[in-house]
Amino acid sequence: MAYEGDELLENVTSKEYEFGFTTNIESDKAPAGLNEDIIRLISSKKNEPQWLLDWRLEAFKIFQKMTEPEWAHVKYEKPNLQAISFYAAPKQKKVLNSLDEMDPELRKTMEKLGISIEEQKRLSGVAVDFVMDSVSVATSFKEKLGELGIIFCSISDAIQEHPELIKQYLGTVVPRTDNYYAALNSAVFTDGSFCYIPKGVRCPMELSTYFRINEAGTGQFERTLLIADEESYVSYLEGCTAPQRDENQLHAAVVELVAMRDAEIKYSTVQNWYPGDKDGKGGVFNFVTKRGMCEGANSKISWTQVETGSAVTWKYPSCILKGDNSVGEFYSVAVTNHFQQADTGTKMIHIGKNTKSTIISKGISSGRSQNSYRGLVQIGKNASNARNFSQCDSLLMTDTSGAHTFPYIEVNNSTAKVEHEATTSKIGEDQIFYCLQRGLDEEQAVSMIVNGYAKDVLNKLPMEFAVEAQKLLAISLEGSVG
Amino acid sequence: MLKIENLQARIEEKEILKGLSLTVGEGEVHAIMGPNGSGKSTLASVLAGREDYEVTGGTVTFNGKDLLDMPAEERAREGLFLAFQYPVEIPGVSNMNFLKAAVGEVRKHRGLEALTAKEFLQLVKEKSELVELDGQLANRAVNEGFSGGEKKRNEIFQMAMLNPSLCVLDETDSGLDIDALRIVSEGVNAMRDGKRSFVVITHYQRLLDHIVPDFVHVLYKGKIVKSGTKELALELEEKGYDWLKETEDAK
Repeated sequence: MAYEGDELLENVTSKEYEFGFTTNIESDKAPAGLNEDIIRLISSKKNEPQWLLDWRLEAFKIFQKMTEPEWAHVKYEKPNLQAISFYAAPKQKKVLNSLDEMDPELRKTMEKLGISIEEQKRLSGVAVDFVMDSVSVATSFKEKLGELGIIFCSISDAIQEHPELIKQYLGTVVPRTDNYYAALNSAVFTDGSFCYIPKGVRCPMELSTYFRINEAGTGQFERTLLIADEESYVSYLEGCTAPQRDENQLHAAVVELVAMRDAEIKYSTVQNWYPGDKDGKGGVFNFVTKRGMCEGANSKISWTQVETGSAVTWKYPSCILKGDNSVGEFYSVAVTNHFQQADTGTKMIHIGKNTKSTIISKGISSGRSQNSYRGLVQIGKNASNARNFSQCDSLLMTDTSGAHTFPYIEVNNSTAKVEHEATTSKIGEDQIFYCLQRGLDEEQAVSMIVNGYAKDVLNKLPMEFAVEAQKLLAISLEGSVG
Repeated sequence: MLKIENLQARIEEKEILKGLSLTVGEGEVHAIMGPNGSGKSTLASVLAGREDYEVTGGTVTFNGKDLLDMPAEERAREGLFLAFQYPVEIPGVSNMNFLKAAVGEVRKHRGLEALTAKEFLQLVKEKSELVELDGQLANRAVNEGFSGGEKKRNEIFQMAMLNPSLCVLDETDSGLDIDALRIVSEGVNAMRDGKRSFVVITHYQRLLDHIVPDFVHVLYKGKIVKSGTKELALELEEKGYDWLKETEDAK
């Protein structure tokens, strides 16, 4: 089969963003621009304690001294921060006792996203903390989790109700000085999720948050903090969709995970933000800092991500393996289409003895997109017997797309063992023809081949998420060969 | 069933089929033989709808419909099955899921109800026994890590699952040892029911000892230069192709 570039582009255009709709909810919105007054406004709107305001202002000072990083393999017009409104909250009159009291408009939005909350509650036992435009509007299962001593709430609520935990952990994994966007986030974060699993508790259900950017021109600065105390376990799901927009939207989230001795955190993400149209216009800028600290011995942090959205992605969920025998894992599928650009990967920082890390990255590039894996494996001088295995595969769907791999390895301990494997392949015309000859159409063929290719990663996702991710892969690549 | 008239096809700038005509009736088994490069596999690919090949002339009618007008997947759904010479591997896709999707599409197209999971498994069990395919293989990824013989048996297994009306076997005997050849042939013979037709492309007479054809054709330089019954294959085995080439080249 001959895959002609023009034909391909035409086919690619046939698929517009499925979740491009806007919810009509009045927003309580700050004026555009970034300065100390805005930060004070955010802090006071959220009724924050003085120490947190001071912390934000300090972050802002740090931020002002930094410049936007340019090392990533992406090109874009830098967002004008003075044109962004840094605070928007859906106007909610009262606190909800149950989801039934929720604004019907919000309910509709969730239904369009395919999240029937009742259904989720009933069928899968997933507690959903739904974040829309930075403020949580509903948290389910809170009481049930409460019985186990699990705290799962918006970070704003946690600041009010559990200030000691926030004060103890906020910014300890991703310090304000970490990078440009982490500093910005620290100054202006509006909401996000907080989770604390007490000692010895296995969280009985998948904790889930659906993020959604809703207000046009609103920057999103989510802050997530998740702490797994000794011998605890939690699996956390994060899923994202955003409505279609003409202007670029900036999203600079920070996610911090802390795993204490013998604790395990599984953090799974399905990301499907608006990637821009066929001409590369619009789309979300996703500049995220995600990091987990394996603080205690025998702790484990697993990142699994399926990335199909955003115009520009800059994201490296990482693990600091501080505790002896701690384990870090990173499983990623990143799909780029049209003019999307993704520079994503991980950092595995081995500090403790006998620490182990595994990296499996599967990139899929289509259209005229650029897809880069960038990863660092660092073995500290005290990290004796550290082990790493990395596998980075790239699948090219078109001749016009690009796949790049930038693996960095720094070893400072001679007992370490680091393995790196990388492959690049083009989707097989023979494979597609084989499927066609068995009666499958081309979309099914591509979907099947790609899902097979990404299977090692998809298998790491919790069941209900894996199904969603498979659908997403199919949607993202519809019409991408032909 | 299948009527090919004056078919001409090329790949890139190279003419391969130069006016091939062949009629296959219901329930018939036709063997296509011929020296390397004569266009045998091209014929299989053109019939199955591979887009690398450009049809530059002629017509193909399949069950009364214009075959060349249909995309590859529709040809498959209409009942044309190609057993590949080199079945590809599709890593990570289980044979089962692959077949479930394929059987689903084919049945939908033919106006049949979807099989229940139980019915599907029953069918798998029944058809895999036909080619002595281990249950394990059915659950592995499509052709991944299969031996040459397993791949060919898997082709015949898929053929049986999809219940085609015309089976094109492209050098199914290549790379098979005696036992695998017997198993594959028995699988094919079990599917001969007086209605289903076969086009068997092969280099060697030995396959035709097992799958006995009604007609044998010799393809040379993109055309059928001689047709006969199974005795022709024996004659070719004995005399080789040179005498035919000479006659043909002299023209």
